[in-house]
Amino acid sequence: MRDDHTALGSSRLAGGLLVPVASGDDLARALPAGVVGPEGQPAPRRFSVYRNNVMSSLIEALGSVYPAIRGLLGEDYFKALAAEFIRGHPPRSPVLLDYGAEFAGFLEGFPPLADYPYLADTARLEWAWLKAYHAADVPGLSPACLAGVAADALGELTLRPHPAAAILMSPWPVHEIWQRNRTQDAREALPPPDLSPGDRAVLIRRPELEVEVTDLSPVEARFLTALQAGETLSGALDTVLAHEEGEADIAGLLASLATSSAFCALHRGSAC
Amino acid sequence: MSKTRLTATVLAGAMAGALAGIAAPQDAAAQAKEKCYGVSLKGQNDCKAGPGTTCAGTSTVDYQGNAWTLVPKGSCADMKLPGERQGSLSPLERDLPKA
Amino acid sequence: MTTMSDLAGGLPAAAGLGLKPDHVREILEMRPAVGFFEVHAENFMGDGGMPHRQLSAIRELYPVSLHGVGLSIGGEDPLDKGHLARLKRLVERYAPAQFSEHLAWSTHEGTYFNDLLPLPYTEQTLARVCDHVDEVQEVLGLRMLLENPSTYVAFSETTLSETEFLAEIAGRTGCGLLLDVNNVHVSCVNQQWSPQDYLADFPMQHVGEIHLGGHAQDTDDLGRPLLIDSHDREVDAQVWALFADVIARHGSLPTLIEWDQALPDLPVLLDEARRAEAILSAHRLSGHRPSGHRLAADQEMRRAG
Repeated sequence: MRDDHTALGSSRLAGGLLVPVASGDDLARALPAGVVGPEGQPAPRRFSVYRNNVMSSLIEALGSVYPAIRGLLGEDYFKALAAEFIRGHPPRSPVLLDYGAEFAGFLEGFPPLADYPYLADTARLEWAWLKAYHAADVPGLSPACLAGVAADALGELTLRPHPAAAILMSPWPVHEIWQRNRTQDAREALPPPDLSPGDRAVLIRRPELEVEVTDLSPVEARFLTALQAGETLSGALDTVLAHEEGEADIAGLLASLATSSAFCALHRGSAC
Repeated sequence: MSKTRLTATVLAGAMAGALAGIAAPQDAAAQAKEKCYGVSLKGQNDCKAGPGTTCAGTSTVDYQGNAWTLVPKGSCADMKLPGERQGSLSPLERDLPKA
Repeated sequence: MTTMSDLAGGLPAAAGLGLKPDHVREILEMRPAVGFFEVHAENFMGDGGMPHRQLSAIRELYPVSLHGVGLSIGGEDPLDKGHLARLKRLVERYAPAQFSEHLAWSTHEGTYFNDLLPLPYTEQTLARVCDHVDEVQEVLGLRMLLENPSTYVAFSETTLSETEFLAEIAGRTGCGLLLDVNNVHVSCVNQQWSPQDYLADFPMQHVGEIHLGGHAQDTDDLGRPLLIDSHDREVDAQVWALFADVIARHGSLPTLIEWDQALPDLPVLLDEARRAEAILSAHRLSGHRPSGHRLAADQEMRRAG
């Protein structure tokens, strides 16, 4: 027990809330000084209510951001892993809709999960989905809008990335893994995906209120990524086409740009 | 494909061709359907503890499971890579823009 | 009889419900006769998307109150200026009828624990909490309500009773209080206080809203009942009795049914709200009618009937 009775409460309790407890002795050590029951007796079991509220509510918060990871790992494993993550990366803001950004990196670096290398990118997809869900309501670039750009201005056109849009490149079939594991129903209905590594990409976007996840071809992904990085339209095409073998489908790339919902409207605050 | 920069004429032609093939935007009925009624997440700041809930936190439950020694029991149990592939992949280019 | 409704800000002295995303569609289509909807402020601190669209649609039809769960007013850390700024933006955007927070802490040295944690009641903590309440009211430009907590432990250095502590805060800062009757019952069982004495000592003249919710039962270190504020079931019979007693003595107040876990279908919540409404309406002062949204709701009920 620590013995700092001058502190106001939070500094005494805080240290005992997240430490792992495997025995009654551990719990006695976690119990802050001066925390008592109605007769003034030490009250480790009462204090445990707070410990469990903290941990279980944070596990639940993380689990609702990462439902597919939860399905992939199973309930018991997910809870244990989430507790491990939470102890190392507790929330730094009371706004929990933003909690869990570091989870993908944590999964990647967690040695016991090295045999499941697709988990981290699946978590990245779930995080991008969450960011898209809460992103600002900003008008997207429409085909009509692009049609209005003068022919001699098209080449130098630069675009602002839409706040809801993200492109995720992965060697793993994360789109299928994610679809299959978000719900119990999907797990039962869909077959396990083929895990052969490849050159894959998904686009996460929110044209209106619904988040959408779609597959991109590798060349589309490189093109849209170059535009998101601020390259001009002709610069992005040049960059991408330089890597392409054979005949390039420029019109196809422009069509995927026009329907991508990955960029903002050309003029701030307008629909175009 | 040559690496010379695309001419404005080629680009404009390709854009016109691209846009001509795109269907008109979704109609009003489809937009109305979406208003407020789609998939919605529950609030993250709502969790209250109680026995028998997914948020089960009581004095009797403590999270002692050790992820270092447990084995995943979810669907990834069937999705392990064959041994020879484990760890042999060089990480491919990946990018998750902040936008 | 003391008239409380004058202190209730813009909320009608009627029964309200916590707003849950699962229920929004049904609410917008049914327009049930609910006095107001309350939301946890932190759930609407994203930039845009569905949560804001839903809350905006509800706000057009009903009064809305904001209930904060993350300010950590009872903590040692200075208040999070960024969080206060987010709250201010929400207050400006939705013009809520009321803003309330808890006599508790949740953040220490920047770590957010996502629970309403307890503090000792001493002159030192009183001064800290009053400073924090002053700051909130100044930044938000409104009179906030502070809620009595559910507690599971006590502190050996506590020198003031919870009701004295809350009365002092209200007196010094001018804030109002939110009386959570379930929390009164939970804390009184857990701390072996008399709920009748607690309520007799509670400074009712400052109360602007009441909360009711369900609790779970566990046992403490000595095997005695330990109640847990779980918000996962109906309001307990003893809590209804305490509530009826408070309303009979002090008149109607805006009253929220809290149900945050194991969420039932909307009709179950509407039944709980009707039960509260029956108690409130018996003591509602004549002439105090909830405003426009109720008319729409009444018309809906007439159509349905």
